[in-house]
Amino acid sequence: MSGTTKTTYREAMRAALRDALTRDERVFLMGEDVGRYGGCYAVSLGLLEEFGPERIRDTPLSESAFVGAGIGAAVAGLRPIVEIMTVNFSLLALDQIMNNAATLPHMSGGQLRVPLVIRMTTGAGRQLAAQHSHSLEGWYAHIPGLRVLAPATLEDARGMLAPALECPDPVLIFEHGALYGVAGELPDEPEPVDIAHAAIRRAGSDVTLVAYGGTLGKALSAADELAVSGVEAEVVDLRVLRPLDDAAVVGSVRRTHRAVIVDEGWRSGSLSAEITTRLVEQAFYDLDAPVARVCSAEVPVPYARHLEEAALPQVPDVVAAVRTVLGGEDG
Amino acid sequence: MTRAKADHRVELLRQMLRIRRFEEKCAELYSAAKIRGFLHLYVGEEAVAAGAFQALTPDDNVVSTYREHGHALARGIPATAIMAEMYGRADGCSRGRGGSMHLFDTDRRFYGGNAIVGGGLPVAVGLALADKLRGEHRVTACFFGDGAVAEGEFHECLNLAALWSLPVLFACENNHYAMGTALEGAQKETDLAVRASTYEMPAWPVDGMDVVAVEEAARHAAESVREGGGPHFLELRTYRFRAHSMYDPDRYRDKAEIEEWRHHDPIDALIAAAHVPAKQIAAIEKDIAAELDEAIAFAEAAPLEPVEELTRFVYQEAAS
Repeated sequence: MSGTTKTTYREAMRAALRDALTRDERVFLMGEDVGRYGGCYAVSLGLLEEFGPERIRDTPLSESAFVGAGIGAAVAGLRPIVEIMTVNFSLLALDQIMNNAATLPHMSGGQLRVPLVIRMTTGAGRQLAAQHSHSLEGWYAHIPGLRVLAPATLEDARGMLAPALECPDPVLIFEHGALYGVAGELPDEPEPVDIAHAAIRRAGSDVTLVAYGGTLGKALSAADELAVSGVEAEVVDLRVLRPLDDAAVVGSVRRTHRAVIVDEGWRSGSLSAEITTRLVEQAFYDLDAPVARVCSAEVPVPYARHLEEAALPQVPDVVAAVRTVLGGEDG
Repeated sequence: MTRAKADHRVELLRQMLRIRRFEEKCAELYSAAKIRGFLHLYVGEEAVAAGAFQALTPDDNVVSTYREHGHALARGIPATAIMAEMYGRADGCSRGRGGSMHLFDTDRRFYGGNAIVGGGLPVAVGLALADKLRGEHRVTACFFGDGAVAEGEFHECLNLAALWSLPVLFACENNHYAMGTALEGAQKETDLAVRASTYEMPAWPVDGMDVVAVEEAARHAAESVREGGGPHFLELRTYRFRAHSMYDPDRYRDKAEIEEWRHHDPIDALIAAAHVPAKQIAAIEKDIAAELDEAIAFAEAAPLEPVEELTRFVYQEAAS
């Protein structure tokens, strides 16, 4: 008989890592401070002791070299998991991710495969200022050849790693830094999750809120608040940022006829812009109001708490955006 | 000289001549608009590929650059498949997706021409890491130019390979120019073996115009890598006789300098040193001409990849 256990997002990620390392000898973890330090966000704490330094591999501060080494090891048939401390640092490895991981399979006419998983922290909310707080997953979602995931729930934190490792394509997993401490219950026998579909986290008929990663919680809170005044919002968790699950988003909007996208990335040239465009392309005549977006202010994320809060999408912003798109009827 | 040694030198000559004639043919076909895109020729540098590949077994890995036709030929990728790739045909070794700069052949463990200077080094480190983790005694030969030494990836990778004692043979083809920038204009310390040796790996310069010297150095380094000696670095000092690419008007080099290097032509040098008779050279040339004719005929006749296949190989394809 299987019950549930209280856990956190961080522990769920760790359990997924432990599982993968136990199940498949080809799996190893490498990155800055993943071993002796235990991971900069303590995700890999204790794994060095359990699996040894060959498989829990501390690297020098050489993002390009160790991400590229992950690519080479994946091409050779291993299943590396590379951890990058934060998305801002991943730019030091962007050459390898873009020019090799995403490109080698096609450029070699299908001869090379890159079954690599790269995990990294993204997002703001912890007063870490402009070089540790950005949400650049939308950039990666621009690139053909990559799969981009954003686990926002404990289930996905626990469940997405296994299918990502089984996938022969390079998979990037973006873990929002504000989620690591989120606590909840997980079944002792975790249900498998897929890495192809969005999920409806709350059903509703009046408006669709599209969110992912760090904004899912805010969208759900906004939905709760709206429910008090009788507005039922459907909340779609994108989960997979590339390839996008158009059908889920479009299907929801066809039912609700209104959409508000909540994205911690900047508005210009963003994932939210892409989703808006797809809605215009595929559901234009189903829309009863223009699509609205709640994004981060177009500014490098500042340090001071009040400035950082003002820069990020917040629950009242989402509620206000929903009121606006409903304005025609409720106003 | 023993018979075997003499035969081996003829084999080295044959390999260099194959590369030279292949490259000359490519230039011709480029002018005839049969080959397009960027085309970087290896003329002058043949001793490096012809010599270094003698040290590698079919089980070793190779990571290469965008000036890789010579490496591909020396590795045994058929000239037909290489030529068809340059023609952008479906029978090319990258199915027409790569072109001159991106030749691949995983059956021969040839992991590609990489056109990002320094971009192949991390991949080579990863291939070698996989071998080390699995306890396989394979060498990963990683070719790159002097230009790569200025890239951060070069330093990150030499450090990582040394730190983890990975079986990589770093083969630096120092042709003294990073496109149009002379080594002296890019590096304060121009002795690249000295640079590499600071990462605590055996590193030494080799006369890259002397195919016998290249082979000897490569054998020594590869054996040491294979026996667990960690990464090694060879600085193969060479020169390209032609421009950087077909687009390059070659304004930055002194004609006298090019002329001086031509006196060290690796092919002429070997012919002189090994006393290869003219009749034998003529026979080799005849074989090569036939091989190239066949390659061109194959490429001309090869089908184009159907446009319906455009988006293949971006993601895993469902098993059919």
